[in-house]
Amino acid sequence: MTERNHSAWSPSSRELERQGSRRAINRKQVLIAVVSSLLVLGTLALVLVTSPGWQTVKTTFFDIEYGKEVFPTVIKGLWINLQLTFIGGAAIGVIALGLALLRTTKSPTLTPFRFLATTYVDIFRGAPLILIILLVGFGVPALGLKGISSNVIFLGTVAVVLTYSAYVAEVIRSGILSIHPSQRAAARSLGLSSGQTMRYVVLPQAIRRVVPPLLNDFVSLLKDTGLVSILGVTDAVRAAQINASRTFNYTPYVVAAILFLLITIPMTRYTDRAIRQRTNAQSAEGAI
Amino acid sequence: MSYVLELKSVRKSFGEEVVLNNLSLVVPEHTATVLIGASGSGKSTLLRCINLLETIDDGQILLDGKEISDPLINVDEVRRKLGMVFQSFNLFPHKTVLENITLAPVKVQGKSVEEARIAAKALLTRFDLADKADQYPDRLSGGQQQRVAIIRSLAINPRLLLLDEITSALDPVLVNEVLSIVRDLKHDGMTMVLATHEMGFATQVADEVCFLESGNILERGSAEAVLRNPTNPKTQEFLKRVHQAGRL
Repeated sequence: MTERNHSAWSPSSRELERQGSRRAINRKQVLIAVVSSLLVLGTLALVLVTSPGWQTVKTTFFDIEYGKEVFPTVIKGLWINLQLTFIGGAAIGVIALGLALLRTTKSPTLTPFRFLATTYVDIFRGAPLILIILLVGFGVPALGLKGISSNVIFLGTVAVVLTYSAYVAEVIRSGILSIHPSQRAAARSLGLSSGQTMRYVVLPQAIRRVVPPLLNDFVSLLKDTGLVSILGVTDAVRAAQINASRTFNYTPYVVAAILFLLITIPMTRYTDRAIRQRTNAQSAEGAI
Repeated sequence: MSYVLELKSVRKSFGEEVVLNNLSLVVPEHTATVLIGASGSGKSTLLRCINLLETIDDGQILLDGKEISDPLINVDEVRRKLGMVFQSFNLFPHKTVLENITLAPVKVQGKSVEEARIAAKALLTRFDLADKADQYPDRLSGGQQQRVAIIRSLAINPRLLLLDEITSALDPVLVNEVLSIVRDLKHDGMTMVLATHEMGFATQVADEVCFLESGNILERGSAEAVLRNPTNPKTQEFLKRVHQAGRL
């Protein structure tokens, strides 16, 4: 549409007037936003620094020198969280996809597996993650099975993968169910088998639709890897805890929190953007 | 004489509601059978039963003399011989026009990607859509989307083409570009069963027009006979209402 000629148009005096009014309204709104922000944030800061315990809090939670000292050990722990997130994330993706497909299949051969998949999802979606970590972390070594590692990082990862696979399977399944039956009818009419229909028509659309909620789960996964610290894994949380209990200064916790936020905030922003783009694209698609 | 499609006393109900009632129909090769009737008269259900998207309650459906309403038959093999075009196009939104058309030839018929692409492009060129090959369906007009859907069903070289109110979702000015494809196909000798509300078009392509009412064919015959000189009072009433709506 670039060939269209815009130069022929110059705004009328009425339009110029309206543009002036819009600018005036905008200026006023910006001014109000600035004043109210200063007022609210200023009051909060004032309440904080004038509180009776502020001096103590400042030295025990925001000791910059101590923060610098513990920073290397905490960030080393964070590296464990990141590894756990990515390795676990890959395993979760594969297992969850399998579970979702089993739960949506109508194949009679797979009936027992469909039943098992449903039970699995019910259990791991319903139980608190921290309990699963404790049960796997202390229960599996107690079984004394040969060939199963009793490494706490491994067991912690297994527990997180077990739980998150159930969450993610439900997200993928909801995506599969959201695809309109007419798509399936069209594919089957062309002679595609039900498996081919799932693989080439339903699943690609379903996955695209659930990318935003999956990104959300990915952020939660990163945060929840901090829970494996209860098994004694020296991740960011555990590293902070060790340092804090050594000196009774809680700055390491703040350092760990900031490090997590530095990763999760950009990720959530990206997710929000993905959701927005998805919504826009869908409204443009109209009836589809 | 042998028929491409033969329906013998077909019955289909959804719960209490009988949608097709003791319906019989034959479709000889190279002919077009047009189904007319009000919404809810069973036209779409009839087409969906032929395509095995619905299971019939009684009667028989035969394709080239072979019973396809047998539950032991391979439905995928039957559907490879049938093309179906829907009212709402049902193109795959995540695939380009070319990918929509080549999916079945490659995955179902086992053609090479190259071979399927060449055949698809030939069809697109024939129906003036060559420049849309790499577009996604949502960038196309309704008429273009429906033309792609027709080409997609033609790409598997069907023995019989089923068209379910393919212009009902279209802007009136786009109807003709879709119907002209169907006229071309009729000219080529494609065997078709189609449900439509476009009576003028029905007159042009129909070898036989069937008027459906509550799951039964009340009147059948040449377009001239059924559309111009209907004998059944219900057909007369239906055509009068169509005429009042300005569609004849």
